[in-house]
Amino acid sequence: MGKVVLVTGVARQLGGRFVRRIRRDPDVERVIGVDAVAPEHHLGGAEFLRADIRHPAIARVLAETRVDTVVHMDINGTPLGKRGGRASVKETNVIGTMQLLGACQKAPTVERVVIKSSTSVYGSAPRDPAVFTETTTPKSLPSGGFAKDIVEVEGYVRGFARRRPDVAVCILRFANILGPCADSPLAEYFSLPVLPTVLGYDPRLQFVHEDDALDVLRIAAAAPRRGTLNSGTFNIAGDGVLLLSQTSRRLGRPTLPLFLPTVTWAGTALRSVGITDFSPEQIRLLTHGRVVETTQMRETLGFHPKYTTAEAFAEFARSRGPGLLPPEALARTVDRLAGVLTARRTPAQ
Amino acid sequence: MADAKVIPFGEEPRARRKARRAGRGGRGAALAPVPEARTEHPPAAPPPPRPRSLDERIAGGLAFLRRRITGDYEVDDFGYDEELTDQVLMSLLRPFAEKYFRVEVKGIENIPADGGALVVANHSGTLPLDGLMLQVAVHDNHPAQRHLRLLAADLVFVLPVINELARKAGHTLACAEDAQRLLERGEIVGVMPEGFKGIGKPFADRYKLQRFGRGGFVSTALKAGVPIVPCSIVGAEEIYPMIGNAKTLARVLGLPYFPITPTFPWLGPLGAVPLPTKWTIQFGEPIATDGYPPEAADDPMLMFNLTDQVRETIQHTLYKLLVQRRSVFF
Repeated sequence: MGKVVLVTGVARQLGGRFVRRIRRDPDVERVIGVDAVAPEHHLGGAEFLRADIRHPAIARVLAETRVDTVVHMDINGTPLGKRGGRASVKETNVIGTMQLLGACQKAPTVERVVIKSSTSVYGSAPRDPAVFTETTTPKSLPSGGFAKDIVEVEGYVRGFARRRPDVAVCILRFANILGPCADSPLAEYFSLPVLPTVLGYDPRLQFVHEDDALDVLRIAAAAPRRGTLNSGTFNIAGDGVLLLSQTSRRLGRPTLPLFLPTVTWAGTALRSVGITDFSPEQIRLLTHGRVVETTQMRETLGFHPKYTTAEAFAEFARSRGPGLLPPEALARTVDRLAGVLTARRTPAQ
Repeated sequence: MADAKVIPFGEEPRARRKARRAGRGGRGAALAPVPEARTEHPPAAPPPPRPRSLDERIAGGLAFLRRRITGDYEVDDFGYDEELTDQVLMSLLRPFAEKYFRVEVKGIENIPADGGALVVANHSGTLPLDGLMLQVAVHDNHPAQRHLRLLAADLVFVLPVINELARKAGHTLACAEDAQRLLERGEIVGVMPEGFKGIGKPFADRYKLQRFGRGGFVSTALKAGVPIVPCSIVGAEEIYPMIGNAKTLARVLGLPYFPITPTFPWLGPLGAVPLPTKWTIQFGEPIATDGYPPEAADDPMLMFNLTDQVRETIQHTLYKLLVQRRSVFF
């Protein structure tokens, strides 16, 4: 890993954890956390610089601190906390990335740039192949929202990689990150007492555990290990697939199937009340699902996630407490029923 | 160049067809006199499953219920739910295959016991029941009880409920990426290259194979190095005799065609009951593809030749089966 690491988006849980993690790394001399708002959690002794990456001031930060590794994690689908709407999120995602990359281009010390992207870049559509590889071009490009931000961000990153071929650029496309302290919209969705679903669709979902997300970010931010290559674009997801119906049963939360138009309407209503952020691309994900291939992650990047999709989800489910229909209680009921039935049938024979 | 054998789109079948027309004459259902007695014996029925006692069945059912309601089951990357397919979906389809259409399966030994294979079948019948029956036929008749993974049109994955069931039954979108991924995993993949052209053709064109797309399935099989098993399905053409196509209505509903049969839509839902025709599914000799170099998949001439070979094999087998058929319903 480089000597001086700059991490954006440290006011979020994942950014904060990543900073604390690499702070313990013996090779790293200095960690600089950047965000527009001060984090509520501690950063483990890392320096915090309150700077908005949407402003050119970030270039000065890079030049003054002689940063060699930039980990750009300030790409998000939802605003942090209740402040700021979709417009400011989009600005941070797109304009922020542009400014940051512009600053990196001017900074001769930068050797490595890691971008936390998302598999949202593939969109979710029924006409796409069942499994996306890094080179799949989606049939219908996302028309708006976070997914479009990501498409634009990755476009800028590719442009940057062309202009600065000496910088190792790594784009990590994460599936839905879940974990005990995940604050993603999907985590919020799974915390609802009753899960609204789209009638007649059972999407396939993939999850990454937070710990795995941090591990792979570290691998990408460090010098490549023997026989691996950590520049390029990689899908990051746990093994296996869970259907939405399976997740609801494992969580013990009943589902409420709604017609697709109703879901869209209900999503808008809930969003305006502020209960949950049920954005249109979230609804598309929960309608058609998305599965990515992770062969490149294993063979080229040399990363093997510790948690499968199911294990990451189980870990998350444990942290959220039981729902209305805990699976253990249901299993006990069935076992009791089995006991009653066999007891009744034994004397008859 | 390619040593692919192209069977000319023969005179003999056309003559037979003519004879059949002539023989049908005024009545319609009767075919030309059967030239030869059926020599092939129907394959031995699979051994009847050991009858389970009621207790075992209750215990099995409850264990199944327990797994289902706690979400403790696995699906693969394509959303294929093997347990649900085996226990529920197959059981729902089996009576149709065994009792209603009385599917007779020939040449099941042409499907390999392990490793991938691409089953290429003709498509007919207005609704894709032939695909579902093929899936049941392969699973129930094959000694290794292999699961057929069908490639379906994108319309299937747009429709609610249908897409969910299709994914759980192991179907996936008919695209080269998905097909190749399944074949490389060693699955039996079923494809009907005629697509909507085949399933939505008028009754007058029955058993006339339509164009086989661009032959993408051949290059997929070649890349994966798996054999192509031609498959001919007789009987599915007559389940919904499509005598008309309400094109405007179809366009309004966003469907590729809107069938009009003697009973549908006149009798409403009753008109949607398929006619109980007698089906025969014949699997032909596998066509090996592993002898070609890897770059052969990019050779359009070879692709066309192999596509034609598969198409002609299916067409000739269809004519042969039609000649052997005693009647549409028995």
